[in-house]
Amino acid sequence: MRVPISWLKEYVDTPLPVPELAERLTFAGLEVADIQTVGLPGSALPWDPGRIVVGQILEVRPHPDADRLVLATVEYGAGQPKSVVTGAPNLRVGDTGHKVALALEGARHWDGTSPAPVPTVLKGRKVRGIYSDAMILSEKELGLSEDHTGVLLLDAPAPVGMPLATYMGDVVLDLEITPNMARCLSVQGVAREVAALTGGRVHSPQARMQADGDPIEGRVAIAIADPTLCARYAATLITDVTIGPSPEWMRRRLRLAGIRPINNVVDVTNYVMLEWGQPLHAFDYDVLVRRAKGVPQITVRPAKAGELLTTLDSVVRPLTRERLLITDAAGPIAIAGVMGGAETEVTHATRAILLEAANFHFVSIRKTTQALKLPSEASARFGRGVPPSAAVPAAMRATELMRELGGGRIARGVADCYPAPQVPSVVLLTTDEVRRILGMELSRAEIERILTALEFRCEPQGETGLRVTAPDHRLDIGTGVTGAADLIEEVARIHGYDRIPVTEMADRLPPQRDIIPVNLEERTRDLLAVAGLQEVITYRLTTPEREAQLSPGDDSPAERAYVRVANPISADRVVMRQSLLPGLLEVMAHNARLRDRLWFFEIGPVFLSGGTLELPAEPRRVTIGMAGRLAPASWRDPDPPRTDFFDLKGVVESLLRGLHLGAARFEPTTHPTFAPGRTARLLVEGHEVGILGEIHPQVRAAFDLPPGPACLAELDLEALLARVPPTHPVVGVPRFPPALQDIALVVDDGVTAADLTAVIRSAGGPLLAEARLFDVYRGQQLPSGKKSLAFSLVFQAADRTLTDAEVEAEKRRIVEAAARRLGAELRA
Amino acid sequence: MTNISQALAALQAEALTALEATADEAALEQVRVRYLGRKGSLAAILRGLADLPPGERPAVGKLANEVKERLEAALTARREALQAAARAAVLAAEQVDVTLPGRPVPMGRLHPSTQVLRRICQIWADMGFQIYRSRDIETEEMNFELLNIPAHHPARDMWDTFYTTVDGILLRTHTSPGQIRAMREFCPNPIRVILPGMCYRYEQITARSEIQFHQVEGLAVGRHVTMTDLKGTLISFAHRMFGAARRVRFRASHFPFTEPSAEMDVECMLCEGAGCVVCKQTGWLEILGCGMVHPEVLRNGGYDPATYSGFAFGMGPERITMLKHRIEDIRYFWTNDLRFLEQF
Repeated sequence: MRVPISWLKEYVDTPLPVPELAERLTFAGLEVADIQTVGLPGSALPWDPGRIVVGQILEVRPHPDADRLVLATVEYGAGQPKSVVTGAPNLRVGDTGHKVALALEGARHWDGTSPAPVPTVLKGRKVRGIYSDAMILSEKELGLSEDHTGVLLLDAPAPVGMPLATYMGDVVLDLEITPNMARCLSVQGVAREVAALTGGRVHSPQARMQADGDPIEGRVAIAIADPTLCARYAATLITDVTIGPSPEWMRRRLRLAGIRPINNVVDVTNYVMLEWGQPLHAFDYDVLVRRAKGVPQITVRPAKAGELLTTLDSVVRPLTRERLLITDAAGPIAIAGVMGGAETEVTHATRAILLEAANFHFVSIRKTTQALKLPSEASARFGRGVPPSAAVPAAMRATELMRELGGGRIARGVADCYPAPQVPSVVLLTTDEVRRILGMELSRAEIERILTALEFRCEPQGETGLRVTAPDHRLDIGTGVTGAADLIEEVARIHGYDRIPVTEMADRLPPQRDIIPVNLEERTRDLLAVAGLQEVITYRLTTPEREAQLSPGDDSPAERAYVRVANPISADRVVMRQSLLPGLLEVMAHNARLRDRLWFFEIGPVFLSGGTLELPAEPRRVTIGMAGRLAPASWRDPDPPRTDFFDLKGVVESLLRGLHLGAARFEPTTHPTFAPGRTARLLVEGHEVGILGEIHPQVRAAFDLPPGPACLAELDLEALLARVPPTHPVVGVPRFPPALQDIALVVDDGVTAADLTAVIRSAGGPLLAEARLFDVYRGQQLPSGKKSLAFSLVFQAADRTLTDAEVEAEKRRIVEAAARRLGAELRA
Repeated sequence: MTNISQALAALQAEALTALEATADEAALEQVRVRYLGRKGSLAAILRGLADLPPGERPAVGKLANEVKERLEAALTARREALQAAARAAVLAAEQVDVTLPGRPVPMGRLHPSTQVLRRICQIWADMGFQIYRSRDIETEEMNFELLNIPAHHPARDMWDTFYTTVDGILLRTHTSPGQIRAMREFCPNPIRVILPGMCYRYEQITARSEIQFHQVEGLAVGRHVTMTDLKGTLISFAHRMFGAARRVRFRASHFPFTEPSAEMDVECMLCEGAGCVVCKQTGWLEILGCGMVHPEVLRNGGYDPATYSGFAFGMGPERITMLKHRIEDIRYFWTNDLRFLEQF
C-alpha cells in the first residue's frame, strides 16, 4: 500500500517528521518498506525551488518556422514572462490560462526522450531560430510518470510563481500490509493507526452527497441469492455526467499510490477505494436499462453452468458454479469483486452511472481471483476482508465526487440490500489476562486509553474488567480467548514493544531427556569429518530419471512410489529423493574440476511413500562418496595415489569403531550401482545396514564423473545407530610386554582375508591379542592360484611375560588350524 | 733439567701443534695414537723414566703426568670443536626453504548450515530447550489449519507452498507443524523445545530465494510463560549468538500462530549499527519472528489457553550465516562448491 503523506495528513494531524512517523508505524506492525520522495530534497531528482515553479500560459502562438512547434508565453511571478518553444500536443495555438510546471535555465530534470532515467540540465538555446531559456515540463521530465506525450497541466488554483516542490512535492510511504492489517489497505485505515500511535485526531472524509435527482427507488432493484457470499450490495445512481479527465490533484494522488488515471468516473472509484478500502464498480446505467428494457434487476448469484461473460479486457470467460456474478435479467454483467463486463463498462459516451458498493465473501473472491488469475486492487481488498459497514459511506462519497468532477444529478437515496448486517465483536478483557500474557502490569485506565484511541468502545466490567466492542472496521478481532489475545496484541503494539520489560523464565523446567538419535547422528558427522570428509547438504527434491541412472542395467525400473510435487517449480525438482547418492555424485562431478581430492558425505532423510493417504517414511541415511587422489598434489608429492575401495572401507571401519559398534562383517555382494567384484554389503551384528563399493563405470559416466575409481557407501543411519551400545568396556593397558610374531600363510586365491583371519582368531585363543593383516602377495615366488597373506600377531598375557616356548606353541597351533581348515601353508 | 724433561716439553709443543692442525676426527685419532697411544711418543718417553735416579723420578713423573693431562684436555677440546664444526656443516647442508608451502593436510569439515545449526541448538540447550525433530512431508492440517491458518485464509498468501499429488499432503513450509506434534506428545507437561529442520517454499531459485532452507523453531509452553519471558529469553540468545553488547529490538508483526507477534532485530554486526549495505543503512538486521502462542494453536495442541500460555520463535540459519559472513547468494549452500565450503 503506497500512501502519499499529503493525502494521509488530510485525515490525521501528526507533528511527526516522516522518518519518525515511519519508524513508529514500523514498530507498531505496519512495516514501512520504502520511503519515496517526489520533488522534495532526498528524491532522485529534487525540483529546484528557484528554477522549477508554477507558471501560467499567457498566450500560445504559432512558431514561425515549424508547423509542429508552438511559442508559449509563460508568466511565472517574476520578471519578464518567458517565451517557450514546445511541441506538446496539449498546448495549442490560442490556449491561455493553463497552469504549467516551468523550468528555468539551470534546472535539473529528467530527459524526456531517453527511455532510462537520465538527468539533464536546462540550458538556453535556439530552437528553430528562436531563443528559449525555459521549458514547460512533462510528467516524465518531473519524474512523476513515464508519460511524455504532453506537458503536465496543473489545476487552476495552483499559485503562479510558487516553487513546484512546495506546491506538489510529496513523500510516499510504501507499507507492507500483513493479513491482520487489511484495514490499512486504505489511507483512512493508516490514518487511524497514526492517530492511535501519536495521539492525533482522525478527520474522516465526508460521506454525504448533494442529491437532487429523482429518488433511486424504483430505478434499480437489488437481490442477493446467498447472503453468506454477498453480505451487502448497495448502489447509487448519477445521471447527466460528463466523462472527462480528472483534475490534476486526483490524478497525482492516484499516480503516487500506483494507480494509472483513466477518466473522472473510473478515477473516483479508485480514489475512494484507496480512501475507504471499499472497492467500487461503475456500470453504464443506460446500458443496464437497455438490457432490461426497463428497470434493471440486479441479482448477485453464483454462475450457472455454461454461462459466459465478456469481461472488460475483451476476454470471453466461461463461468462455473464457483464464480459469484452480478447479473441482470439478461445475464451476467460482472464477476463479483474481480472484473466487470465489457458491455456495461463506462465509456466516453456514458451519461448515467450505477455505482456498486458491495461486500463479497473473501473466500469466494480469493478462489475466483486464483482460478482466473485476475489479481486486482479490488480483489486484493475483498480477498482480505472489507467491512460491510463501509459500503454505503464509500458509495455516497464517490457519487458526490463524481458530481463535483463530472457534473450531473444524483438520485436521492441509496439502494441498499443488506441481508446480513455486520455483528461487532464484543470481548471481555481483564487486567489479569493482560498480565498473564504480557507479564507486565497495565492499569485498566491505560488499557482503556489505548483501545479507545483505536476506536474500540470500552465499558468497565467488575473490578478489573472491560467489555470491549470492536469498531466496524476491525474484522480481525475475534471473540473469547482469541478475542482477548487480539486485544492484548493491540494493547502491546500501541503501548510499544520496547516498553515491555525483560524477565527470565520462571516457569517450571520441563522434564529433561537425552535425544540419543540426534546425539549419535551428530557424532557420526564428527567422525566422518575427522576422517577427512567434507559434509555436504543437497536438494531433497530430485527427478525419478536422475535416480534411475543409479540402475543402468535396469531398462524398466519398477515405478516406485515417489512423493511427487503437484506444482513443481522446475523440471529437475519434481519428487522427493529416495537416495542420497545422486546428489552426492553431482557434488563430486561439480568439484572434480576444482579439486584433486573428492571426499564427501551427507546425512539426511530419504522419502519412501507407503500408500496413498499415509505420510511417507523419512528414514535417515548416511552416504559417503570418495574419489580422486588421497591428498592434493604438492611439491612434496606431485603424484599422490588415488582413492580406492579400501580407502572407503577404512573410513567406514573408522566410523564403526568410533561408534563402538560390535561385530561388523563385509560380505561380497552385487548391486546395479556398483562395480561387480568390488562391492560389499555391511552387516553389523548380523543385520544388514548398508552397501559400499566402487561405482559401476556406466553410473560414473552417467553422472559425468572423471575416470578413475569412485567409491560410494550408503548406510541406513537408523539401523546403524540402533546398534550403538549405551556404553562400552575399556580394557586396561597390559603391564607385561607383548610378544610379536609375523607369519605369512599361503592359501588358495579363493580363500578370503576374512576366512583366514577368523581361523587365526579362533585358533589363537585368549593369548592372541591382535592379528593384523599387513601384506598380500601373489607372484612368481608362488604357484599360480595361490596367494600369501602375512599377519602381524601380538600375544599377550595379563599376568606374565610370555616365554618363547609359549609363543611358539601358540603360533604352531594357529598354523596347524589354518592348514587343517583352509589348506594354508606357512610361507618359508 | 734432565733430558727427559726437555723431551717432554718438546713433545708437548709438537703435539699441541699437531692437534691444532687436524681437520677431522680421523686425523685427530691419528694424532692421539701418535702421541698418547700405548706405542706413542709419550709412552716411549715414560719408558725412560725407569733409567733415572730414584731421587729425580717423582719430579719428572709429575711433569710427565701434567703433560699427559694437558694433551688429553687439548685433545678433548679439539674433538669437541671438530664435532661442532661437523654438526654445523651438516645443518648448513640440510638447510630448507622455510617459505615453501606446508604439506597439505586433507581436512574434513561440517557444512556451514550444520555448524550454525549446532551453535543455535547449543545455546538453546543451555537454556533447557531440547531438540525435537519433526517430519519434512506434512499434512495440510498440521502445516496450516492447526496453526490457525484456515484454507483460503489471506494468511495463506504468506507461504508459497509445494503440494504433493496426494490431496492434503505437502512439503512443510516451516518447522511450525512440529509445534503441534510436540504439544500433542508432551501435553500437559510444560514444554521447552527447539525444532530444527528443512523447509520448502515454492519459489524461483535466485540469489535471494531458495526452494529449501533450514529453520529453527522454538517453543515454550507452561502455566507462567509471558511476553516479558519471550523478550528476556530471546535477548539472552541474541547476546550469545551475536555478541554480549549487541542491541536488540522488537517490532510488532503478524504470524497467524502467535499473538502478539513480533520480529526481533539485532544491531548490524558488520557496521556496528552505523548503517551499511547489508542492513540497508538501517543499522539493524531482521533475525527472527516470534510471539505468544495463539490460543487456537494451544488448544489444537491440547493445552487450555485459559490456563496455559507459551511463546514461539523461528529463525533461518542460512540467513544468519549470510548476514554474518556477507554472503550474497543463498544458492551457495546447496551447490556445495568446495571453494565455498572450505571457508567454514
